[in-house]
Formats: sequence, C-alpha cells, structure tokens
Amino acid sequence: MSPQLAAYTTSTGEAFQFWVLGTVAVIGALSTVFMKKAVHSALSLAGTMIILAVFYLANGAYFLGIVQIVVYTGAIMMLFLFVVMLVGVTAADSLKETIKGQRWLALLCGVGFGVLLLAGIANASLKQFNGTGQANANGNVQGLAALIFTKYVFAFEITGALLITAAVGAMVLTHRERTERPKTQRELAEQRVREGKHVPPLPAPGVYARHNAVDVAGLLPDGTPSELTVSKTLRDRGQVRDVSTEALNDLRALEQRAEERLERTPVEPAHRKQSEEASK
Amino acid sequence: MNPVYYLYLAALLFTIGATGVLIRRNAIVVFMCIELMLNACNLAFVVFSRMHGNLDGQIIAFFTMVVAAAEVVVGLAIIVSLFRTRHSASVDDASLMKL
Repeated sequence: MSPQLAAYTTSTGEAFQFWVLGTVAVIGALSTVFMKKAVHSALSLAGTMIILAVFYLANGAYFLGIVQIVVYTGAIMMLFLFVVMLVGVTAADSLKETIKGQRWLALLCGVGFGVLLLAGIANASLKQFNGTGQANANGNVQGLAALIFTKYVFAFEITGALLITAAVGAMVLTHRERTERPKTQRELAEQRVREGKHVPPLPAPGVYARHNAVDVAGLLPDGTPSELTVSKTLRDRGQVRDVSTEALNDLRALEQRAEERLERTPVEPAHRKQSEEASK
Repeated sequence: MNPVYYLYLAALLFTIGATGVLIRRNAIVVFMCIELMLNACNLAFVVFSRMHGNLDGQIIAFFTMVVAAAEVVVGLAIIVSLFRTRHSASVDDASLMKL
C-alpha cells in the first residue's frame, strides 16, 4: 500500500483486527461495569487493557504497547487483584438503591454523554491521517527518548517527584503504628482465667461435623453449630459454610440416580403417603 | 477503514467507564472504571499521534500512564484503610470524613 493511501485508510488486516478485537474490548468494558463480583470485573478489565495494547502496536506506538502490557496489566491490575483479595473476594455489591432511580438516571446520563462525544468526533474534520511512518523512521523508542529528554524534560522530572510522593503516601496511609505493647501469651492466659470464660483454647473447626474444612462450623454436643470454631476473619466476611442439609441432599440425589438407572418413574408424594398409611 | 474508528472506540470505552462510575458502589470497581476511562484517553492520544504524524501524543499517553500508576497506589491505599475502619468497601458507607 502506498504511503499516500495509508493516510486515509488502513489495511484490510488492520480493519479486520479492529472489528474483532474492538468488539471484544467493548464486551470486556461492559462486563467490567456489570459483573457482580470485583474479581470478575478486574479480569475483564485486564483483557480490555491487553486488547488496547494491541491497538497501540497497530497504531505505531510500539513502546507504549509494551509498556501498557507490563505496567497496566502486569502491575496495576495485579495490585487491584491484591486489594480485592485483601478486602474479601465475596464482598459483593449491595444491589439496594439508596437514591431512588439513580441507576436509570446514571444510564441515561451515560447514553447522553456518549451521544455527545460520538457526535463531536463525527462532526470534526479528521480526514487527514499522516501516519507515524515518518516519526518512527529512526525507531519509536529513540524518537520518544529524544522528545522526553528535550521538550518534556521538566514534566518528566515532575513525574519522578509525583511517583516518590505516591509511594510515601501509600506507606503513610496503610502503615499502622502500635500504640501499646502486644500482650504476651502468659498475660493472655491470665486474662482468660480472670474473666472466667473460655479458659481452654478455642475449639477447632469441623469437630463432630461432617466436614473438617476451616469454613465449616464445628458442632456442639447437642448438634448446633458453634460460630466460635470458625476463624474471626471468615466470620467477619460472612463466609461460614452450612453443610447441615448436604447429607440429605446427597441422599436425595442418590435415590434419584438409582431410580433413573432402574427406569422407574419418580414416586408421587401422594402415592407414598398412601403406602405409608397402608403399612401402618 | 478510516483510523477515525479508533476514536469512536475510545469514546465508547470512556462512556462505559463514566457510566460505571455512576452506577457501581463498590469502591474498587469504581476505581477500575476510572482506569478504563484513562485507558480510553490513552488510545485517543495514540491515534492523535498517528493523525498528526509526530510522537507528542504518545508522550502524553506515557505521562498519563505514570500518573495513573501513582493514582492507583494512593487510591488503593485509601480503600484499604477505609476497609480497615469500616469493614466495607462500599462508597455509600464512607459518608463521613471521620469514623
């Protein structure tokens, strides 16, 4: 393709890539917004960012394309995933609206804003595309470096100050100073005896229960589950699992499978009642 | 295909991100939507760089990435400390500056 033609139109391959990957990018963006769990949102966003990196490469921004993958999907999205794990994976959004009709109004605002933006682009005269062939002639990275260290050198240095400030700020925000000496094991034991409750260690999870997983509450001698057996973190997140009905469900599934294998029709409840009465 | 379609895609992604900021109330997801908006801007900058045939647009996109990284670090630190004090990452609960 001649460079004159490249100014106005892209190659067929790039057009094909744009339509396929662009669709996927929009789907990823939509699922970032509408997925209920934060982990799914983060993964969708990572996918969208990788596709954007491919678009950068297609537009002649080779350095930015690689930086997008390394910095955005590699560092920033993993930071997001770390925080999602820290805050609790199952912490789903509450779907109750606090302001009435807020969601529909927000959608309406979004659609209006999008129409404005797209109409603005459609009305702008963006016919002439010069292409980055001339600018990338001596290599993309060399060209960027020449600009950063001459024309934009002041902005570059301020960026360094910004990064240091951000790192210090993050440490100050998340660091917690201990104001008192931590209690020793002996002091804790003495305190337990003085208070007179739970002198022995806390019971382990899953004791006397059908499962011994850490998120299954152990059973007391009378069969009721004891919340104390599950770790405090899991209790705070509301992740205590109840398996009391699982045995019955397993049995029911087993019965159904046996009936299917024997090609019997499932026993009607009324029929069963009659047979029970008859047996009496 | 005219490269202007890249700009339409950037506008669409920006709109989706803005709508997400308005709709969602989990602070982390709101933050991810802001990242989406920043990425859409970056795409627009890269396409502008192609349009004008020089690398200034790519430099601006590069600086946007740096600022986004700094912003993510501080923002996530704020979310973590909010979660520690309130045991929730919902932006509705954080209505007061103090506990």
